[in-house]
Parts: sequence; C-alpha cells; structure tokens
Amino acid sequence: MATTLQTALPELTTDDLSRYSRHLILPEVGMEGQQKLKAARVLLIGAGGLGSPLAFYLAAAGVGTLGLVDFDVVDASNLQRQIIHSTRDVGRKKLDSAAEKLIALNPALNVVKHEIMLSSANALDILADYDIVADGTDNFPTRYLVNDACVLLGKPNVYGSIFRFEGQASVFATRQGPCYRCLYPEPPPPGLVPSCAEGGVLGILPGLVGVIQATEAIKLILGNGEPLIGRLLLVDALAMRFRELKLRKNPECPVCGAHPTVTRLIDYQQFCGIKPETAQEKALKNGIPQMTVKELKQRIDAGDDLFILDVREPFEHQIGNIGGKLIPQNDVPRRLGEIDREREIVVHCKSGGRSQRIAEYLHQSGYANVSNLVGGIVAWAEQIDPGVPKY
Amino acid sequence: MNILIPTPLRPYAGGQQTLQVEAATVGEALSALTGAHPELRTHLFTPEGRLRAFVNLYLNEDDIRYLPDKENTHVTAADSLSIIPSIAGGLAV
Repeated sequence: MATTLQTALPELTTDDLSRYSRHLILPEVGMEGQQKLKAARVLLIGAGGLGSPLAFYLAAAGVGTLGLVDFDVVDASNLQRQIIHSTRDVGRKKLDSAAEKLIALNPALNVVKHEIMLSSANALDILADYDIVADGTDNFPTRYLVNDACVLLGKPNVYGSIFRFEGQASVFATRQGPCYRCLYPEPPPPGLVPSCAEGGVLGILPGLVGVIQATEAIKLILGNGEPLIGRLLLVDALAMRFRELKLRKNPECPVCGAHPTVTRLIDYQQFCGIKPETAQEKALKNGIPQMTVKELKQRIDAGDDLFILDVREPFEHQIGNIGGKLIPQNDVPRRLGEIDREREIVVHCKSGGRSQRIAEYLHQSGYANVSNLVGGIVAWAEQIDPGVPKY
Repeated sequence: MNILIPTPLRPYAGGQQTLQVEAATVGEALSALTGAHPELRTHLFTPEGRLRAFVNLYLNEDDIRYLPDKENTHVTAADSLSIIPSIAGGLAV
C-alpha cells in the first residue's frame, strides 16, 4: 500500500508481539507486515453477512482502523448468517452491535462508525480516508456506487457477492486490473434478479465469501501473494466447487477505460432503473395502506376505534411505546386470536419494516382492514411526541 | 458440450444445473440452449439479439467477448460454457 508505506510504520507494542506471534513467525508477514496491518485503514460497506466475517478476521489480524458503513438495525432474520450480531442485539443498531464485538476481540482496534446510507453525495468523502474498501452490499445501486468511487479515488475494491448457494469474489479497481463495470457494464433491470431477501441464502455462504474477501484485503495490505486481480472466483457451496474465470480490463469501460464517460458519481438509483416512489405507491405498499404518524394522531384525537399492534420485541416496548398491544413479530402467527379481526388495525414497529411484513401477513391471513405506520415509533417520537425516547 | 446454468437462471432451464448440447461453435451452443429453453433467451439476450450487459459468457475460463472469433469460436464436447450473471447478495435485509 503506497499510502501506508510513505508514512513511518507504527511500532508494535509488547502486547502486539504476543498477540500476533503466529503472524510474526511467518516470513510473509513478519514484523514489517504486522506493522503494515497496524497502519492499515479498511472500510467495510455493510455490517451484515459478508461484513461479519470480514470485520472479525480483519480485527483479529491486527488491522489498525476499520470503518463500518451501515444504517440498519439487527433483525432476528439476520442471525442465521450475520454472526457478529447476537440474539440480544435484535433491535440494536448494527454498527453498535458490531463495534462492541470487535472491540471485545481486539481492544486496540480503532472502529469508525459511519451511520449513513452511502450515496453519491458522501461516498468520496467517506472512502477517501481509507486504503482499501471491502464491498459487502446487497444491492446494485450501492455496488456500482462503491465501484465507481473506488475507481475515481484509486482505492482497491475487495468484492464479494452471494446468492442462495453461489458466491463471487474478486479484487477490482486496482491500477492495473479491471473494475466491476469491466465485468458488468450495466445492472439488470429491477425485478429480474431476486435479492437474498426474496431468493434466500445459505447462512454459511457469506462466511465463506467474506473470509475470502478478508484474505484478499490482508494480502493487499501486506503486498504479498497473488491477489484476485483480474480473476473472478466462483464458489458453489452446494457442489463445493471453486472455479476461476479470467477478467480483463475493458479498454472501453465507462469508468476505468481509456476514455471514461463517468468522471464523477452519478445517480445510481436511476442508473439501476429504480424510480422514485409515486404518491400512489407511497400510500399503498404491497396492498397495505401506509399511514403516517400525523394521520394516526388525527385518528386517535378524533376518537376513532383503532387496534394498534406493536410488533417489536418486549425490551423495545419498555424503552418507549404509544400504547399499542405488544405482540413481537415472531409470535404473531400463533397469537392471531388476540388480534381482533373486526377492528381497524394499525401495525407499528421501530421504523416501519417489520410492521409492513406483519401487516402483509395479517392481510394474507384474512384481516380486511390493516395499515402500516410509516416510519414507526421513531417517526412518532420525531413528529408527534418528543417525550417518547428514540433508540 | 456442457453449459453451466447459474442458480438465478435455473428456473428458466427446467431447474437444471448443467445442460448437454451438440454444437460446433459457441453460437450454435447458445442457439441449441435457447431453442430448448426459450424463456432463457429473454434473460440472456436483448430483443436485438445482443448479449445483455449484466450477463457474461465464458468458454472454459475465458470471456467470449475477448476470444478472437467470439461466438464463432469452435468448441468440442470437452469444453464448458458458463453463464455468469451479476448477483447482488450480501448483507440482505
């Protein structure tokens, strides 16, 4: 890493010498390699399936600074593969949950939390502070954004992607090698390729692919071995077969080619064919009416008969609630008897994601009048009652 | 030759992981494939017949875009053609 080598490498402490002794006796790492790791700054996009093993192994290996970009909260359905989060973390910010585990593993680690959705407006500023970027995103707009930002800044992009039982890994955007757009100039139209949420994913697969990404990041920092530059590694977990394809730098690549047409970050939602929601879609999502907190307040004040269903976990309800009936989302199917079919039901959670799914479930289960509270209790705290604690 | 079908496209190829076709060139193999599984055609090619920008075809370990004869490259029964679409899994919600 040129940027790392230009400055003096940090000294190893006595604690470092004992902690990293198995690295130090490897000629390929040694004192200097461990110092390079200590000086290194790696940014992980996403603290989820791929981000979990990546963060754990990079922290354990002695990478000095790990930046994490994520704005999500831990959901029970994450725990099948996102091993950095525990059952007690459900409902917590992924960043807080991940940082706590990483510091427990390696107290000398500098964790930088970027609680933000990476966008064209902020990506260059965030990425600029790091030597290497590891892409663990689950969507095409962010994937192209990360690729383009890495090319524009000249930062290697350690790429991993998974679907069901299959994974891909490579190292993009190095000076000599291809970028993601050399491989895939354009994303598929929305709806053609299912996401993990729709298509499912074997929980172990992000572990396998994330560990490959971590290995590549370490090799790039050490400047040793043969990184996956110009090679696409394909993992088939079902057949347990690894294959490798040759990748070429496309001279006509719109970002990293000889005559680039993309010289600054663009609107990646639009690039990926994702249109902003129309007013009609805002009012109705998957057949579920979307109620704003202001509407709910008006309805309550008007004395309307509403059954407010809170599908969060009990500890979240304890932090703050708006008087709804608490049935945690996973208990709803066996506690349907407690939800009155005759009444108008408004489902809420923290920010509107879990409640939408439960509202859809209730709708499918024959409930005629169910709406989802947009923005959840967080929106309520922000717009209606600041006395309700935000968490 | 063998054609390897990736998971996201298997529903359009009768659920099969690999397909055997008789072909002398890459182009013939693709015609045989989309002839047997017409649904695959719209996923692989534009209405004008160009390979879609989010799909790559590899003959063994080489991208056919970079082979001198491209779709006209000769193939034997021992060759494999892989379809490599872009996938976007990861942290998943």
